[in-house]
Amino acid sequence: MRNLFRSRVFWIALIGSIVALLLPLKVSGYILGLLTVAYYFGVFSMAWDLLFGFAGEVNFGPTFLIGLGAYAAGILNGYGVPVYPCIAAGAVMAVIGGVVLALPALRVRGPYFGLTTLVAVLIMMNLIVVFAGFTGGEIGLTVPDVLSVNADTNYYIALIFMIVSGVILYALSRSPVGLILQASGQDPVEAGALGFNVTKHKLTAFIISAFFSGLAGALLVFYMGTASVGTLVSIAVGVQVIIAAVLGGRRTIIGAALGSIFLIGAGEALRPFGELSTLIVSAIALLVILFVPSGLLGILTRGEEHA
Amino acid sequence: MTELVVRDLVKRYGGLVAVNGVNFEFKGGEILGLIGPNGSGKSTVMKLIMGIERPTAGSVQLDGVEMANWPSHKVARQGVGIVFQHSRPLHRQTVLENIKLALLPDSLLKLFADPHVERRAREIAERVGLAHVMDRRPSTLPFADLRRMELAKAIARDPRVVLVDEPFAGLTPAEVATFSELIRGFRDDGRAVLLVDHNVKSVAAIVDRVFALYLGERIAEGTPDEVMRDETVRRVYLGGSIETAARPESTFKDADTPLLQVDKVGVLYGKAQALQGVDIHVHEGEFVSVVGLNGAGKTTLFNAISGLVPHSGAIRWRGEALAGRTPASIARGGIVQVPEGRELFPDMTVRENLDLGGNHLEAKDAAAQLAWLFDLFPILKSRQSQVARTLSGGEQQMLTIARALMMRPKLLILDEPTLGLAPVILEQLSKALEKLRQTTPITVLLGEQNVTFALPHADRVYVLEHARIVWQGPPDRFAAEAGTGYL
Ligand SMILES: Nc1ncnc2c1ncn2[C@@H]1O[C@H](COP(=O)(O)OP(=O)(O)OP(=O)(O)O)[C@@H](O)[C@H]1O
Ligand SMILES: [Mg+2]
Repeated sequence: MRNLFRSRVFWIALIGSIVALLLPLKVSGYILGLLTVAYYFGVFSMAWDLLFGFAGEVNFGPTFLIGLGAYAAGILNGYGVPVYPCIAAGAVMAVIGGVVLALPALRVRGPYFGLTTLVAVLIMMNLIVVFAGFTGGEIGLTVPDVLSVNADTNYYIALIFMIVSGVILYALSRSPVGLILQASGQDPVEAGALGFNVTKHKLTAFIISAFFSGLAGALLVFYMGTASVGTLVSIAVGVQVIIAAVLGGRRTIIGAALGSIFLIGAGEALRPFGELSTLIVSAIALLVILFVPSGLLGILTRGEEHA
Repeated sequence: MTELVVRDLVKRYGGLVAVNGVNFEFKGGEILGLIGPNGSGKSTVMKLIMGIERPTAGSVQLDGVEMANWPSHKVARQGVGIVFQHSRPLHRQTVLENIKLALLPDSLLKLFADPHVERRAREIAERVGLAHVMDRRPSTLPFADLRRMELAKAIARDPRVVLVDEPFAGLTPAEVATFSELIRGFRDDGRAVLLVDHNVKSVAAIVDRVFALYLGERIAEGTPDEVMRDETVRRVYLGGSIETAARPESTFKDADTPLLQVDKVGVLYGKAQALQGVDIHVHEGEFVSVVGLNGAGKTTLFNAISGLVPHSGAIRWRGEALAGRTPASIARGGIVQVPEGRELFPDMTVRENLDLGGNHLEAKDAAAQLAWLFDLFPILKSRQSQVARTLSGGEQQMLTIARALMMRPKLLILDEPTLGLAPVILEQLSKALEKLRQTTPITVLLGEQNVTFALPHADRVYVLEHARIVWQGPPDRFAAEAGTGYL
């Protein structure tokens, strides 16, 4: 516990959260709306970081899990199921899909896991188009209900959700289970020889990652009122989730949230540059990734030895 | 009482039979030594017991429980632990965390470690002599401490059976003594120990029985004395003694400007002085050994010569200063270093690794060089299409040296080439060096702490201690004047 209060990550997260909680007093509804989306993306990235940074598996298809959660929740809602059961169903669906994908994928070593996840996204995009009757196809799915019509309420739901997810994922990453997970990621042979069932631990990491991705995906649908391939499932969205995590600082969980907020914030701040803005944000991301491998959080905690 | 029984164990990799019908058993409170030349299947036997590789056939029983084909985490929980031939630390964790990891149960629900884990980890660190480095990252540790950490992890699991693969490789005689004590400690705790190492003297000193393997099969078994006297063991493993003769320095023609001159070279790592005022020179065609224990600065000296670390003082090659030249340009100039860690391309085949080394040669020359090398290291010839990662420890070492020779160096720098080599391979390598010395104009700078290898191949010897050269002279005067601590 003492270590916790001495770590700068803790104080950064705490101060950041307090500022975020007070923000609705100050800023416009438009900004709040942006941040709301950013927070959900923060959860996507944190969930991704658990898998990559700790279990050592690169999931190129985070949007497969997100999409499962989002579409399952959205479609059910269309049949009159109330919002909250739909969200729960979304999370469950993502977990089931995650297990179905991970079980065979974890058997293969190295880059093949990543490729499998990538293929899963492509298949999903196809299915959404093929079953346009259920999914709204390329136009997108419109859901009847929303979380709330009040911008502040939506903002707080997203923020609290991100903070709670962050605390859980961070605590997990620092716990003994997190250590075993890192060992499984870095050297599965050694981890096995030490008595750890590597597959079990990696699968659990995948399930947890899927759960949070699916939950966040479902919540996001009920915030936006729609789900579409372009906003939730496409490869580009997945890339954004990954870049955010890497940019914020790999293996830190908290950094992933920071990265997401930064990406969406920077995109907005640079909007006056029009088409150029994407280019500038990408360039910044590239520079950070190349020259500060520990990411944004690494810059903020420089000089501190954190294990 | 604990007993591990191995029956008719077989492991095939494609057409290669790595282990061929091996039978042995060892009990709690007993150390069984497993010896054999490089590639004879020792590590494979350990991996088969540990469940890291699946046996093609045969049985492995611990107290009557059949464990063949179990995954390794299950074998581990049944009470078997392994100390790998190459250290496998978690690099992002501290030494203490590495040990703690080994103390954790395989549970998904352990969100808080039991308080005893921390205490126990510290106790173990102390027992193996890691108390002063507990909070450091493995990458900053000296070699011996990394090996200690592996022992610590094995102790942490409190296994009934411990498999220890080459614990002595690369250690100084003093460290070997400490490690022998630790391993004896395993036995005194009542554990069953299987020990593999090429340091025959140290193995013989602590084991109760020896089992000798050759090409995956048993060739002898019994007390250390019996096995060491065995005809076959002598022929395929121990080999003959190494004998060559030094050439006096005056026979080299470039007396005024030696091929390589190292002049008052110093290297600082942060505040630590890794080399201080080092003067050495090497004549064209000469074989020079730099003898020094771990941490004396041998690798730093070689890295300075290869342009890999910044240094003070001057290094001259054929009379010209090397200062300001890149490592690549120095290498093209003919100085080729064989690093201590085997820096092979692990996923390429033996042949691909060699071809890369001979990349700059004309096709005809490369082919000739390759043929010559296969003559020198016949085992590599038969393993051309094997992936480097799967070679045995000693085979990898041979490949590293062969790859460096593919580059046709003028000056070949060998950093601890004997690490992990069986006595008989040492003899082969020794013959290869002797052949090089007689048939080519090559110059060799050899860094070793194994003086039984370093001395016979040297025309001249330097002793490096605590960052300084403390002695130089012909090999025949070494024992009398500088031998303490090495012999
Ligand atoms: N995956 C693999 N594929 C093909 N051959 C392999 C594989 N693993 C090991 N081998 C071969 O099996 C043989 C036995 O290897 P092993 O590592 O057991 O030798 P060792 O006795 O431990 O030797 P050393 O003393 O050099 O460590 C070697 O010739 C090695 O090249
Ligand atoms: Mg071996």
